[in-house]
Amino acid sequence: MSVSQAISVERPPPRARGWPRTRIIGYALVGLWILFGLGILAYLVYAWNGEFFARYAPAYLQGLWTTLSLVAISMVAGALFSLPVTYGRMSKNRLLSGLAYCYVYFFRGTPLLVQVYLVYYGLGSFRLQLESVGLWWFFREAFNCGVFAFALNTAAYQAEILRGAIESVPRGQWEGAASLGLHKLQTLRKVVLPQAFIVALRPYGNELVLMIKASAIVAIITVYDLMGNAKLAYAKSFDFQAYVWVAIVYLVMVEILRHGVEWIERRITIHLHR
Amino acid sequence: MPAQSIWTLLSWGPEGWSDDIAYGALVTIALALATLPIGLTIGFFVAWAKQSEEPSLRVAANIYTTVFRGLPELVTLFLFFFGMPILLQYVIRLFKPEATIDVDSFIAGMIVLSLIFSSYASEVFLSAFRAIPKGQYEGGYAIGLSTWLTMRKVILPQLLRIAFPGLENCWLSLLKDTALVSVVNLAETLRNAGVAARVTKHAFLFYSVAALVFLVLAILSSIATGFILRSLGRREAR
Repeated sequence: MSVSQAISVERPPPRARGWPRTRIIGYALVGLWILFGLGILAYLVYAWNGEFFARYAPAYLQGLWTTLSLVAISMVAGALFSLPVTYGRMSKNRLLSGLAYCYVYFFRGTPLLVQVYLVYYGLGSFRLQLESVGLWWFFREAFNCGVFAFALNTAAYQAEILRGAIESVPRGQWEGAASLGLHKLQTLRKVVLPQAFIVALRPYGNELVLMIKASAIVAIITVYDLMGNAKLAYAKSFDFQAYVWVAIVYLVMVEILRHGVEWIERRITIHLHR
Repeated sequence: MPAQSIWTLLSWGPEGWSDDIAYGALVTIALALATLPIGLTIGFFVAWAKQSEEPSLRVAANIYTTVFRGLPELVTLFLFFFGMPILLQYVIRLFKPEATIDVDSFIAGMIVLSLIFSSYASEVFLSAFRAIPKGQYEGGYAIGLSTWLTMRKVILPQLLRIAFPGLENCWLSLLKDTALVSVVNLAETLRNAGVAARVTKHAFLFYSVAALVFLVLAILSSIATGFILRSLGRREAR
């Protein structure tokens, strides 16, 4: 018998940890997922084919490299091209902002697949004109067409991300910098962009993930990226595990990236957490 | 083939291709509209599971979104289009050894797009769930409504209003994703435009028309959602 027991308030009884309906459903669903995972695993074990693996694993690696370089090149080119677009979007000049708006609207409003077709097949029908300008060597390669379409597409999205991030920085920051005597470009570089990039990091990460996922599209225009090699392997062997493997590779890649971006975000916003 | 003028190619009828592309546009709209209710329903329940207090439900829902947001749309489509017949055949052969299965590309597209749409929509619903104060549930329970009735009569009307702008984005990307189903031979806008391009050798023209169709669909949906948004705002309690 202690004192504290005597003065303790009467607490409500602890919630019974029985089997309410939500728990039953939850366990059933998790069980279903586990079964599904085991099913995939069992399928891969059952369908294991050393010959298939030996023949196509190097091709998949090659395809992975193609995918990554396609995404990297188009992300960087898109980032560069998004700068003038962002400038146009934010400028007070009616013509310039209208043009930039139309650009962004077109590339965000139409499917990426249509854009890729427009570049690969559409520009192909202007072969003579392209040859006379000396650009045909570039558009002859499906890979280059993919990079071109992807860069234009991601430039539109990145321009919106950048614009949103810059506009999220309060006006007072611009005014404060101006009163310190910094000119516009200096303000942008030293004051606004460092703050804007914290806001923009997550959308940029999402855009990167979306690009990696979207890059599977180039398999349709005969680029042998990861997906392209999977298609080829399936067409040659009629072995469905070709697609299961590629799905696993994509999923792992996307998850690594997503967690990487989250980790970077936690690191660079340390000064904001108190 | 004699060189035809662009206007003949774009005319309506046996000479031109406009009717084919218009038919394709109808298929595109039908696919997106057929996907929408399924995707919204699944997305709502997934979001409900994600904000539940039961950890196992949360885990199950999180695996769902991780998988279908992580896989490229094209890979998901191929997995279902080629994998589903194998699986179904395997199951059905247990009962009827002679049966062969073919999956319709419209159905396969609908299933895959529903999975993708619902996993994105569930994120929108989830943030809307978080915007609704707990008192709303407690008020519902206090007047004797069951969990399901509270959800349907109290939470859902507010939830839809909050989630609407986010769902509009999901709808727009759904419209664009329907183009992917052309890869498994569904005769929608892009597919028909592609056929026209191959037959007439005017690739740039016909793919531009396809792009235009998608742009018009996007503009029409913005107008429609603007209407809905305004009427929602008018009914808002003040």
